[in-house]
Order: sequence, then C-alpha cells, then structure tokens
Amino acid sequence: MAVVSVRGPLRKLTGGSAEHELEGETVIELLRGLESRHPAVGGWILDERGLIRRHINVFVNGERGAEQTTVRSGDRVEVLPAITGG
Amino acid sequence: MTELLIGTKKGLFVLEGEPGSGFEITTRAFAGEPVDYAMRDPRSGRLLATMTSPFYGPKIFHSDDAAGDWEQAEGVALPEGGDKALERIWVIASGEADGLLFAGGDPGVLFESHDGGANWEINAGLWDQPSRPQWQPGGGGLCLHSIATWPGHPDRLAVAVSAAGMWLSEDGGRSWRRGNEGLNPRYIPEEALQDENAGKCVHHVERAPKQPERLFMQFHGGVYRSDDAGSSWSPIGDGLPSDFGFPLMVDPADPDSAYVIPLVADMDRVTPDGRVRVYETRDGGSTWSPRGDGLPAENAYLTVLRQAFHRHGEGPKLELYFGATSGDVFGSGDAGATWSTVATRLPPVFSVFAVN
Repeated sequence: MAVVSVRGPLRKLTGGSAEHELEGETVIELLRGLESRHPAVGGWILDERGLIRRHINVFVNGERGAEQTTVRSGDRVEVLPAITGG
Repeated sequence: MTELLIGTKKGLFVLEGEPGSGFEITTRAFAGEPVDYAMRDPRSGRLLATMTSPFYGPKIFHSDDAAGDWEQAEGVALPEGGDKALERIWVIASGEADGLLFAGGDPGVLFESHDGGANWEINAGLWDQPSRPQWQPGGGGLCLHSIATWPGHPDRLAVAVSAAGMWLSEDGGRSWRRGNEGLNPRYIPEEALQDENAGKCVHHVERAPKQPERLFMQFHGGVYRSDDAGSSWSPIGDGLPSDFGFPLMVDPADPDSAYVIPLVADMDRVTPDGRVRVYETRDGGSTWSPRGDGLPAENAYLTVLRQAFHRHGEGPKLELYFGATSGDVFGSGDAGATWSTVATRLPPVFSVFAVN
C-alpha cells in the first residue's frame, strides 16, 4: 500500500480525507485507483488522455514524479497544484 | 429588475438593478477561479457556469441559487484515451427542445444536454468530422464559441469555430456542412484562400430571431451578414471605424439590426482613439451609427471579449450590456441610445449574460 495525499478541492472530492491508502505499482495506477474509489475526482487530476494535468505536480517521497514513476509499498505520493497563475 | 451574470477572471459576479438606476453586486461565486461563461436558462431558471481551473481543468456547474451550492455536471469531457484534452468551455446556449442545452468548447467541440444541464454528451457528428485533423486554432484556441439555434426548429443549428469556420446542421446535429462562402480572411496568403481549413477565424455569430435565415458575424477582420442561414456571407463592415472586434448582438425585434464594438485592429485590440463606442445598424449593415452617449469618450483603451456583450428585451426597451477586461461594465436600457456605468473595478470580464 502507498499513501496518496491530496488537499484543497481534491480532498472534498475524495470523501473529505487528505490521505488515501491505495494499491499500485506506478503513480498512474494509484491515481486511477483513487478515481475508482472516489468517482467525483475523475477528470480533476488526470485528463482524458490519462495524463496528469499540466499544472498539477506529483511528488513521490518528496521527489517530482510522473505517470509512470514506480511506487513501492509505504511510499508517499503527494498531489499538489503548481505554484502558478496570475 | 435585470440580473447580470458576469464571468470574470476571478469568479462569477451576479448583479441586480435597473438600467440607468444602478446595479448592485448581490453574489460572488467561484471566488478566485476563472469563470469563462455563465447563463441562466430562462425556461428552467437554472444557472449554469463554466469554470476552467488552471489546475483541475474545465468543468460545468449548475445551481438554482448563485449563492448556494453548485453541482458539477457530468459528461463534460472528450472521449477517453484520445490524444486531446478538453481545454475550455466557451459558451452555453439553450436549445429549442425541452431540457435541451448546448455547450461549445476547445478543441472545437459541441456538447449536448437533454436534462437541463446536469448531464452532457459530446456531439459525435461534429467531433467525427473527417477534416478535424486539419482544423487550425485561432489565438484563443480551437474554440467553438457561437451556437445559433433556430426558433421553433430544434433540428436547425449553426455553430462557429475559430478558426475552423461555420458549421451548419439541419438534422439536430447528426450531420454538418460548412458555411463559409464569401468570407475573406485577409490575413492568410492568397494561394491559401481555397484551403477550406485555413484561417476561417469567426469571432462571434448571432441569428436574427424574427428572420432566422439571417445571421450576423463579427469576423477576424470583417463584419458579415448571411441571408441564407449561414451558407454564404456578404461583407457589411463599410462605415465602421474598424471592422475588427469580437462581440456582436442583435435586437430580436428587428432583423435588420446589429451591434458591434470595434477595436483598432488585430495587432491593437483596444477601442479606437481611446473612445468607447458601440456601433448600431438598423438597415442590415448598409450604414452604421456610433452609440456612445454615456460611455467613456477619452483615454479609454478597452478590450471587450467575444462573450462579454449581451442583451435583454427587445425593441425600444432593448437592454444592452458589455464588460471589458478593465473590469468595467456598461449598460443601456434604450437600445443603445444612452449608456451608464453598471460596475467598475471588477476583475477582467470574460462574459456577460442578462436576464430577468
């Protein structure tokens, strides 16, 4: 099990919980698992292409990750909006 | 009492008031988020707003109370597994059948709802156009921004895509054909004019409800009129200080009427001479008259976007409202004869929708 951490509107869309224990070997598998468990978050992190949205950053144990980044049991995956905007 | 729904870069503002007597902000929703367009379906009273979070992508929300909870609509997405993602929803329009709504977006996509906006599905006829891979986006993306329904005929539709031009349907959107004859994109090489996918940068289209085969268009350089339901177009921009601009409105009572807000040019998208004026025609575009009484007459270099001009009512009591990226909103309660300031210092205005 890895832990996926979300905040802001994503927390509300995932049942109000900031942390979610999920099975998966890659970031994309974890995020798909999160969508399966909480359908309301569908389309908010991943777009129709199955890509992490451009202004969302994913960190695995504090290092920048991407869709295919390998995840091991006990890893911590943080989903954060980028520092951007105007 | 008129209600104005103002979509801005930093949320939706709801204003209420009477033209000439002042408006008050009654509600702000989606604080901090860009609201590209908002409308109230006059049939159901339901509010619909489209918000494109820079982080979480474009969504449509609906509510019966702007100050209450907004619910996310379902189905507003491209087919999964493709090579494109939905970038933005530009417009939502009421259809001619019960519960029918349309939404247009980038990349050149039309959505339909048959339940008043809670659930949406992609219009496959337009999405599957064989020429789609050759469609070119305008500066604002490949945006489907204008949806012109035909009063009393749900099957007849015209939509405009920048820069893939006009698309017409007579079977409720199952099949589509182009409607670009006569349009002259002055900004592409002459040898490219025959390329039907090149540079059909339509900025806004409105239908004349009492003569539905008539449409007016603000083009990327040119104002046009069609008298054959959008199949072909004739230029009507002579007499304007500039034929470049974005929004366009009509008086529903008068099929010879149209209003535009000229900007200097595509390389200088501000009101000409620092003066804000709406131009009106009452003879189908043969002549144009400036309407600026009450609008800023000097040192005002405003940009008015394509969805930031709307109307309510008709005839002598036609109300007109437009907003600028400066955050100013102006209104007229007498068909443009006189104007007053409705709001100032809002965030940049993306859209205006008037209803009562």
